[in-house]
Amino acid sequence: MIERDYIGREYSVGEILRERGVSRRDFLKFCSAMTAAMALPATFAPKVAQALDEVKRPPLVWLEFQDCAGDTEALLRSANPTVGEIVLDILSVDYHETIMAAAGHQAEAALEKTIADYRGKYLCVVEGSIPMKDGGVYGCVGGKSHLDRARQVCGGALATIAVGTCASFGGIPAAVPNPTGAVGVKEAVPGATVINLPGCPVNADNLTATVVHYLVFGKIPALDGHGRPLFAYGKRIHDNCERRPHFDAGQYVEHWGDDGHRKGFCLYRMGCKGPATFHNCPTQRYNEKTGWPVGSGHGCAGCSEPAFWDTMGPLYKRLPHVPGFGIEHTVDKIGIGLAAGAAAAFAVHGALNAIRRDKEPSDETREG
Amino acid sequence: MAKIVVDPITRIEGHLRIEAEIDNGRITDAWSSSTMFRGIEKILKGRDPRDAWFWTQRFCGVCTTVHSIASIRAVEDALKIKIPPNAQLIRNIIIGIQNVQDHVIHFYHLHALDWVDVTSALKADPAGTSALAASLSDWPNNSPTYFKSVQDRLKSFVASGRLGPFANAYWGHPAYKLPPEANLMATAHYLEALEWQKDVIRIHAILGSKNPHPQTFLVGGMAIPIDPDSQNALNADKLMEIKRLLKKAQDFVEKVYIPDLLAVASFYKDWAAIGGGVGNFLCYGEFPDAAGNQWLPQGAILGKDISKVLPVDQKKVAEYVDHSWFEYKNGPEKGLHPWEGESEARYSGPKPPYEHLDTDKKYSWVKAPRYDEKAMEVGPLARVLVAYASGHKEAKGAVDMVLNKLGVGPEALFSTLGRTGARGIDCLLIARQTPAWLDELIANIAKGDYRIHANEKWDPGEWPAEASGYGWHEAPRGALGHWIRIKDQKILNYQAVVPSTWNASPRDAKGQRGPYEASLVGTPVADPAKPLEILRTVHSFDPCLACAVHVTDAAGNEVIRVKVS
Repeated sequence: MIERDYIGREYSVGEILRERGVSRRDFLKFCSAMTAAMALPATFAPKVAQALDEVKRPPLVWLEFQDCAGDTEALLRSANPTVGEIVLDILSVDYHETIMAAAGHQAEAALEKTIADYRGKYLCVVEGSIPMKDGGVYGCVGGKSHLDRARQVCGGALATIAVGTCASFGGIPAAVPNPTGAVGVKEAVPGATVINLPGCPVNADNLTATVVHYLVFGKIPALDGHGRPLFAYGKRIHDNCERRPHFDAGQYVEHWGDDGHRKGFCLYRMGCKGPATFHNCPTQRYNEKTGWPVGSGHGCAGCSEPAFWDTMGPLYKRLPHVPGFGIEHTVDKIGIGLAAGAAAAFAVHGALNAIRRDKEPSDETREG
Repeated sequence: MAKIVVDPITRIEGHLRIEAEIDNGRITDAWSSSTMFRGIEKILKGRDPRDAWFWTQRFCGVCTTVHSIASIRAVEDALKIKIPPNAQLIRNIIIGIQNVQDHVIHFYHLHALDWVDVTSALKADPAGTSALAASLSDWPNNSPTYFKSVQDRLKSFVASGRLGPFANAYWGHPAYKLPPEANLMATAHYLEALEWQKDVIRIHAILGSKNPHPQTFLVGGMAIPIDPDSQNALNADKLMEIKRLLKKAQDFVEKVYIPDLLAVASFYKDWAAIGGGVGNFLCYGEFPDAAGNQWLPQGAILGKDISKVLPVDQKKVAEYVDHSWFEYKNGPEKGLHPWEGESEARYSGPKPPYEHLDTDKKYSWVKAPRYDEKAMEVGPLARVLVAYASGHKEAKGAVDMVLNKLGVGPEALFSTLGRTGARGIDCLLIARQTPAWLDELIANIAKGDYRIHANEKWDPGEWPAEASGYGWHEAPRGALGHWIRIKDQKILNYQAVVPSTWNASPRDAKGQRGPYEASLVGTPVADPAKPLEILRTVHSFDPCLACAVHVTDAAGNEVIRVKVS
């Protein structure tokens, strides 16, 4: 009803922010924060500001498949911008089961309308894995299987952002013995352009930075061999870790609560998976940069790596072979679970495909 | 007679489907189905029991701390580990702020839109809203300028023509009764609560690295070290930040949430006679002290009889699968205690895409847990009833305050409104109590006690060849139990009976309805094309599952399809 009463022209993100009283200074601060999150030089901040001044609120739909809503919760905790700003000012979040007001047919209609009106132009965020076994009976919404919904929605999106490790790589439901045949979005819908933001949960700042990257540059960021943006997953946790000097000095926590633990020594012997994990946790941190696992005394679990549930465990068992000293390692050199050649090809391909539109769902989808 | 199919209901976490029959404007029968399965219990078999909390935490991204707590307690129970007092207190603070934050999010972001018409807020007089808010509390954001700024923000949002998550809702439905000024107040607080919740939950990030999915729990204690003289441990600086945030949490609950709850409830008192449900309540108790005594008592109440609180016996918990897509080795007739529990998925429902489930047979991925063969409601209402009936001083005071302000008797608690009110009461009690645990922790540290972990049984070589245990926790959504069996240092069997399994359960062997199902029976539905009332009652449980509504006739043919402009 109100849509009819108030239909007008579309406002840019910058205009909306100004109209609701966000000062230019605060706006530029936000742009600087985003620039830093994308690991861009500070000189890019004005470009970010200019782009946001011009861009209209792009439509975004958020699908929950075999999820726990942890990534939705992470979105609710986002700070730069806040979820209120994302929802009201920056994006048009047209479908998100956990926060939307509409229910039933009305909710489904909102999704259908967006994906029809903005075909090839909307962003899709996927949370949760997609069960492939037994015809997809392990996940249904509105009587439709997650797989059918993913093919329909991700297939028509400008790009799909797989948030969290489940949507990226299958995650916990895909852990051995994978009872439901769970896979990540890229595997379920091979034709879709997918950006993986693994982590359990996704770091909301990395999600926002990915969206801003698109708003600013009109394309998706450069990706590593696992489809992850280099700006957030380009370095090992170990290489940016605040406890790294203790590793190099041979100072380790030996027991929970011991003197070394209290002094912030290295957690490698307590099972930390930081040396084999690519993620910007040490610098980006969580909850307005308040904390991160190693910072609060617990080892890294390796949650942004594919199949970490099976390959990194048990949680408290130390990694057998830690790549030595130095910060020269990249994901492709370490080569966890993926051939370097394919990885590089995917990264290039992904970037070139960033603005490809009207992709059809592929028939190559793996069943079972 | 018409049949309403709710799949998915929105503003809940997870995937939930409700089917309901309607006759003469009232629901005559209802079925609750969860439409998603992952099989984590099965995946847990053979893994290290010390890792279980990290896995089970992922049962739910909203309830990430709660499964950690229940899981760790289960392993500690099996291995007979006693944790240091500091670890107990840190866990209590984590649990406390989880409850407070979760209840506020539920009230404003997942439930309020069932009672608050956001579009009506556009018509409000901000001065009137300011006067209303000021009559309820001395919250600083009560000025006409503030409410005008919120209204302007809403207007510019609506003027964009892109309503995002607020599109296509039941705005203008005749069952909305708040005046525009109250709608503007609640809408402003919807936005304020979004800011507030992300801030106060930073307590989890201080103590546990992040939220959701904190990463600081350990079998035997906590991984956050304590040392006032270290910048890498819990020190005075961090403790004072927690103190500030707990105060901020308490202020919001006392000055915004509770006044809003009472103001909104006063317009919907008819809902104190709707949505009663099964009338049996189960509470496991919570917030243990160093001696193991619980601040909120455990107990069971049967048949709405609050003159009697029965003790709880874990042996009386069993799960049935007569109407669930699982099979038991020895047939479905007998319920299985969680230590003997099985999670063999055997889907027998319709092939997707489908319009209807066969509700006469198996129709859900949720099992039917029963206590002493009875369907039980769990959650804040159960918690508050058990505390109230047990004579818990603070609970009694808060319940009487709310009942007096609304001018209703204790029988009003057995309803949709009562459930929503009890959540506020629960939140208030915990918001006021949690700072006391922080003070205790600070006092311990001042005495030089920095212990956070019991190391003796960390090494699996110290464990018995076989062990079994259970861990209970009063999660925001209610009684949560994890049961574990350990053999040769590995998980032999693991079963979680979670609050939404109790509340969203399908029928059992005897045909007894689960709490959602029972509470919907008798609920009025003014417009079957816009069944706002179903959302009100289902949301009052704070369900951890998701929905869409289709209306069909009893033969299963669709009779109404809602047209959306």
